[in-house]
Amino acid sequence: MDIIRMEGITKGYPDHPVLNDLNLSIKKGECFTLLGPSGCGKTVLMRLIAGFETPDAGRIYIDDTPVADLADHIDVPTENRGLGVVFQDYAVWPHMTVFENIAYPLKIAKVPKDELKKRVMEMVDIVGMNGLDKRYPSELSGGQQQRVALARALVGKPSLMLLDEPLSNLDANLREEMRFEIKELQRKLGVTVLYVTHDQEIGLAISDRVAIMDANGNIQQIGTPWEIFEKPVNPFVFNFMGIANFIDVRRENGAFLVGNGNQQMPWPTLPEGDTNKWVAGFRPSDVNISRDGAGLRGIVRRANFLGATMDYLVEIDGTHLRTAIETHHAIAKDLVLKAGDQCSIEFTALHWFEAEQLKGVHEE
Amino acid sequence: MSAQIKQKSSFGVAQIILFLSIAILVIVVAFPVLLILFNAFWVEDHFDFANTISILKQPATYEALMNSIIIASMSTVGSTIVGTFFAWLVTRTDIPYHNFMKSMFLVPFMLPSFIGAIAWKMLLSPNAGLINKFFMENFGFDGPIFNIYSYYGISAVEIMYLFPFVFIQVCGALERMDPTLEESARISGAGLMTITRKITIPLVMPSILSGALLIMLYSMAHFGTVAVLGIERGIYNIPVLIYERIHQSGGSFDSIRLGAILATVLVISAAIIIWAQRKILSTGHYQIIGGKSFRPTQLKLRGLRIPMMLFCFAYIGFTIVLPTVIIFLVGGLSTYGLPFTPENLSLDNYKFILFDFDVTRDAIFNSVTLGFTAAVITMFAGVMISYVIVKMKVRGKGILEFLGMLPFSVPGSVIALGVILAWSGQFGINLYNTVWIILVAYIARYMAFSLKANSAALEQIHDSLVEAARACGATMWQSLKDIVLPLVKPGMLAAFFLIFLPSLRELTVSIMLYAPTTRTIGVAIYTLNEDGETVISCALAGIALIIIVLGQFVINHFSKKAGV
Repeated sequence: MDIIRMEGITKGYPDHPVLNDLNLSIKKGECFTLLGPSGCGKTVLMRLIAGFETPDAGRIYIDDTPVADLADHIDVPTENRGLGVVFQDYAVWPHMTVFENIAYPLKIAKVPKDELKKRVMEMVDIVGMNGLDKRYPSELSGGQQQRVALARALVGKPSLMLLDEPLSNLDANLREEMRFEIKELQRKLGVTVLYVTHDQEIGLAISDRVAIMDANGNIQQIGTPWEIFEKPVNPFVFNFMGIANFIDVRRENGAFLVGNGNQQMPWPTLPEGDTNKWVAGFRPSDVNISRDGAGLRGIVRRANFLGATMDYLVEIDGTHLRTAIETHHAIAKDLVLKAGDQCSIEFTALHWFEAEQLKGVHEE
Repeated sequence: MSAQIKQKSSFGVAQIILFLSIAILVIVVAFPVLLILFNAFWVEDHFDFANTISILKQPATYEALMNSIIIASMSTVGSTIVGTFFAWLVTRTDIPYHNFMKSMFLVPFMLPSFIGAIAWKMLLSPNAGLINKFFMENFGFDGPIFNIYSYYGISAVEIMYLFPFVFIQVCGALERMDPTLEESARISGAGLMTITRKITIPLVMPSILSGALLIMLYSMAHFGTVAVLGIERGIYNIPVLIYERIHQSGGSFDSIRLGAILATVLVISAAIIIWAQRKILSTGHYQIIGGKSFRPTQLKLRGLRIPMMLFCFAYIGFTIVLPTVIIFLVGGLSTYGLPFTPENLSLDNYKFILFDFDVTRDAIFNSVTLGFTAAVITMFAGVMISYVIVKMKVRGKGILEFLGMLPFSVPGSVIALGVILAWSGQFGINLYNTVWIILVAYIARYMAFSLKANSAALEQIHDSLVEAARACGATMWQSLKDIVLPLVKPGMLAAFFLIFLPSLRELTVSIMLYAPTTRTIGVAIYTLNEDGETVISCALAGIALIIIVLGQFVINHFSKKAGV
């Protein structure tokens, strides 16, 4: 069953359209991540669901009840949508203690004192803030403030929690720790989570499903993290999921030739379609480099020693790709190359896209 | 959860707040100002610009106009030089006690300039002035060494009380200026004079000019100093002429019309000045001065260090300590003119004005209650209006933003005339000669302070704090009550004191609006002094100074606590 259904949502600001005729459904109980580059409109989408903004057109349903529909003059205010929201800047109230912050939703709901206290202390325990409940936010670290914000969003037992880049203000270690805690909380409390972020690692790590949004506010692909990573529908999605190489491949007389040269693409499955211009997309880790083994012949144009890995930029008949090799491996196999050295390239994984699709990807 | 989802009511809270805010500003500020403009050009039943011009050409009017400009120009130039020099001295040189001096140079901000004018009148009036007399008696001077009843005298007194406007702006700019800008010039081989001329001064120029324009605006419409020192020798400026004409004729039509025309001149000048100030502040120069605090390199004064320090102390002693001491001493005399010997000095006058003299007792009561009421009302109105301007997304906000600028550009004397036109019965409500008309005028006059303090506080409250409350189930009202109000409290408190304290010494507005029973402290000091009750007037001035200084301590205490 869908907890959120958005139909034909359009939202724009003067001289700046954000979302156009967007459709999206989120299933009850899942952890759903909306992933996109900054400025793509993902935060606007979340704010529309929360009711901080109203759509210019389209309908939003929460639990099959319309909450926003301009045509029918429906605009349920935020406080009646029954959500928990966690903001990027935590939005913990500086004039209230940790306890008061977490208790606020219950106070508004007029929960009796004893029960309020019990539930708040339960939440304090769940987010690991025992003993800190009498502190003010100014006495807490960023990570602790974010825990307070999480507890506050969860204490009212909302069926849906919205998180807008909640970890982006935390340092890398804390971010990693917190993302598993959020996932753990979601499983424990059975709440539906809509997580908005530009960080694909978090998206892949905690989500049941992921939606990839492009810079123009269009959803490019929705699927499980595996599907998104392994079967990207287009170069944008592929590129967004990590550093990607794209090399030009042209079809001439049934043969697939790399760049402007005459070497055939060493890959068993070749694309089918009318167009003659293709690109092969692959990650640096999907490349095997050798001095004179089988595969495409190329020239190392730049070699960087990055400590644990060596990073090579290789040119093959006018087209470039990047590959990385572990340094100790490179030493053992005599693969410490330098600019100007000849080399051979093979692939272990590869995706075909039409060259037409590539347009715009690198401009992001 | 379906049960929780309710339809939004069609009742638009936002629209109501917007409407209320616009209504307050229209009634309190816009309407009176419009009436002034209307009266300036409307004769009998038609617009008559020729008539307006002919009134402006009358010798008395024309002269008042020129006097306003002359005095304002002299005061502006003088204050700018004094303010910039001292600002540079305390921020950029190794002068001793610079923190103490910095706070002393800000003291004139607190002191009402007309009380200063009264003090200087006693010190430097041509015949009776204590300093003049001292020189004539002891050094054989034939005449006074300085006549305070002159353009120079008036400007000098205004400079003493207005230079902090420039001082504070320039200090801020010099302290925030990135020292690497000067250091890189130094590395390029520029000498100190070249650096000062080519780098430092151009960078702080916007602050200097913006402070200077504030002084210009203030001085053109300033009543107190000119009224105390100018009337004797027939030196009138615009507000003094408006007051004299309306006062003498008991509010005749002609005097009101003349007032309206002169007030229009003030409004237009103010609009030009505010426009120029905004223009200057928005130039690129200003951005080089960042928000970060740096430790600027200090110039070593070497041999000049001690002389400069002595000069500063002499200035502080002469312009701040001396007049204040004189006020308290004269306030202690049994009869004005007696020498300051122990047997002539007592606290009797102070006791008299506090407990026995009904005029001064009423005045203190009026000022305190008026100031308190105006401060409370303006504080709440200001927080509401600022909230709409800073935080709300609602159609029609543009009108409010425009109206919100009005209080900043309407001088006090204009407001006084405006409320006379608006609330003297022509529109069904007659508040003239009551304390209420002064209250309305105070609210209009101090709205700008409240808007400024509250907007600043509201801008620091991130939108997500309110949104988080809404997401927790709070209605708009609940989120205002639980989140916005507690967080904006320091701003509101600041607004309260920013209004309450100046209103205790207010003169420009109250002098136009007072009735025998509705004198304020400022009016009582001024009129008692005019009536020759010098010692009583000084005693009251002394009490006023004590109240103001105590109040300032309270402000400093609160603002330190609130971190404003």
